[in-house]
Amino acid sequence: MSARDQILHAVRRSLNAHGADSARRKAVAHRLARHPAGTIPERGQVPHRDQVALFRAMAKEVQASVDVVESTDDVPAAIADYLRAQNLPQSLRRGGDERLAALPWDTQKTLEVTTGASAGDDLVALSRAFGGVAETGTLVLLSGPDNPSTLNFLPEVHIVMIEADDIAGDYEAVWNRLREHTKGGVLPRTVNMITGPSRSGDIEQTILLGAHGPKQLHIIVVGTNRPGGKGSRR
Amino acid sequence: MEIRSPDFAKNSSRALHDAQLQRALGNVKLGFIAKRRKAIDKLPEFERLRDEARAIKEHTLKHLDLYLEAYEKKVLEAGGHVHWAADARDARRIILDICREADAKTVTKGKSMIAEEVALNPHLEQAGIDVVETDLGEYIIQLRNEPPSHIIAPAVHLNKEQVEADFRRCHTGLPDGRDLDEPVQLLGEARAVLRQKYLDADVGITGANFLVAETGSSIIVTNEGNGDLTQILPKVHIVIASLEKITPTLEDASQILRVLARSATGQEFSVYTTLSTGPKRPGDPDGPGDYHVVLLDNGRSAMLGTPFEDMLRCIRCGACMNHCPVYHSVGGHAYGWVYGGPMGAVLTPTLIGIDKAGHLPNASTFCGRCEAVCPMRIPLPKMMRHWREREFERHLTPVVQRAGLGAWAFFARRPRLYHALTSMSAAVLRAMAGRKGRLARLALARGWTRFRDLPAPQGRTFQAQWQSGKRA
Ligand code: SF4
Repeated sequence: MSARDQILHAVRRSLNAHGADSARRKAVAHRLARHPAGTIPERGQVPHRDQVALFRAMAKEVQASVDVVESTDDVPAAIADYLRAQNLPQSLRRGGDERLAALPWDTQKTLEVTTGASAGDDLVALSRAFGGVAETGTLVLLSGPDNPSTLNFLPEVHIVMIEADDIAGDYEAVWNRLREHTKGGVLPRTVNMITGPSRSGDIEQTILLGAHGPKQLHIIVVGTNRPGGKGSRR
Repeated sequence: MEIRSPDFAKNSSRALHDAQLQRALGNVKLGFIAKRRKAIDKLPEFERLRDEARAIKEHTLKHLDLYLEAYEKKVLEAGGHVHWAADARDARRIILDICREADAKTVTKGKSMIAEEVALNPHLEQAGIDVVETDLGEYIIQLRNEPPSHIIAPAVHLNKEQVEADFRRCHTGLPDGRDLDEPVQLLGEARAVLRQKYLDADVGITGANFLVAETGSSIIVTNEGNGDLTQILPKVHIVIASLEKITPTLEDASQILRVLARSATGQEFSVYTTLSTGPKRPGDPDGPGDYHVVLLDNGRSAMLGTPFEDMLRCIRCGACMNHCPVYHSVGGHAYGWVYGGPMGAVLTPTLIGIDKAGHLPNASTFCGRCEAVCPMRIPLPKMMRHWREREFERHLTPVVQRAGLGAWAFFARRPRLYHALTSMSAAVLRAMAGRKGRLARLALARGWTRFRDLPAPQGRTFQAQWQSGKRA
């Protein structure tokens, strides 16, 4: 018997169960297909506008900085302003994501923008979030040909653009969108849920920012007031 | 790693005499307890989520064979590989084979208790592979050649001066006169040293907090981002996880995630929760080209259907040890193997044998706080009692314990430990209970009334009287 069959056999023996038992199979298939949600904290179950406000507040609680702009057209200028305010060079690296590519970069003549994965020598990266979760101020980023995950971890400063429409109350709402996005197929290689900049408490339990990942996380929320949004789970 | 659990008593008394350790352990009591309380007070649904989390794991364990099959299918669909390891030796062999196949010279590792359990590092090192721990705490103890002393804070037994000395000893080539007084300077130095290691590594090994059957994803939860750099930079990512990490769906994982960070560090959510599914896809500019999962049994299948099945719900949050007066007094190393605190006292005998770890289930005052804080509602004190009963049946215990004195006898014969425990736990409980002091009395009473027909309460009363008499 293979190690696999031995282990499964040992599990079944301990459970006093049979693999062919149809009631057990049905229970498992049912749960996998229906993925019941369980208990969802009330704090995120508010109108979309308040979800966006909660998202911003929660992100700040975990030491992210948050900027809000009216439209995607304002994003390059907001980035340039942020870099200036932080005394950072006017330079960043981003993925080829079509929404990032469509930003009016030519409005910022001094901002040098390169694209592609990071090899570890970029100070600042820009990514686009697939979703945001108001409950804990969490960003959800998907890897893909135009969204390198190295940009989320190697640079010291991570700037993330998120459209207010993509902010939801809870994680479950993002999972449902993700299922739609992948049409029930395989998930992207990496789904990063990011809640604040990197930190460690390993030396005398003192929390310090910037352990291995970014020292700063700056979130730019685009638009605030759209009624409805994709944020409603129910 | 070397098993030193049979020496629990000796280890404990050494720990109590170790001033450095005692200072460091102060951080456990100060930090974790208050932070957890604060996070939980902010979430009215917390108790309901604990019930949900327990129910999810109970359901999963009852159908574990089927969820394992479903999970495996999804990993294969995503282009990953699944390896089944019956025991530690199998796991080591499988991982070394993958590393050899990849012609690996350097391996980076994210924190994994399972890798500790199978003693992976020495095995790879003997084969000539450079193994680098990347979690800051794990990195520090690797430099010191020590095992972790806490499941989520491996270097919690150390003070910053010790870390500074280790960095000066190991990071040769840096200026001698550099300033390393502050933790932030130590962190900066470790960040710079490890950055190069991530980029050099051929294989990255991580553990998993969850294996999601619905999607075939492994999920890791970290604050540093080390687990992510460990898995996206090398050409091969190996996940090592034990069977019970299986969770049916993303929704189920989310329920448990809501109690995990709050119970562990008192954060509402950890900084990085990462779902990894298979290798990188065509066109992806980064990520590993190969993705392997090593599923480890090592005694889990035998725990199913026994009184120890409940222990398989454990999500390794560390709350039980953070609230344990015995752990506060002696730290994690005294337990002599990989897992310490109440969860270690239950798990270690199942994994290495009651003959070697028989003392651990006695290392309890039965104050009940571990069970009270365990997000998965694992009845830890009950299981410790189970072990003691089994020990009794096997006649492995010394006469005094067979007479039924159990934990009390263990501590009573070690006055210093006994003392440390009673005074410290009272102080902590007072802090926990706030001004009313109600919890303190209740919790202690619960522990001691179990022995009410035994000499224990008298002993304590006498001691207390004697103490107060001395003060008066
Ligand atoms: S036994 Fe409970 S409290 Fe202890 S580590 Fe496991 S889940 Fe956390």
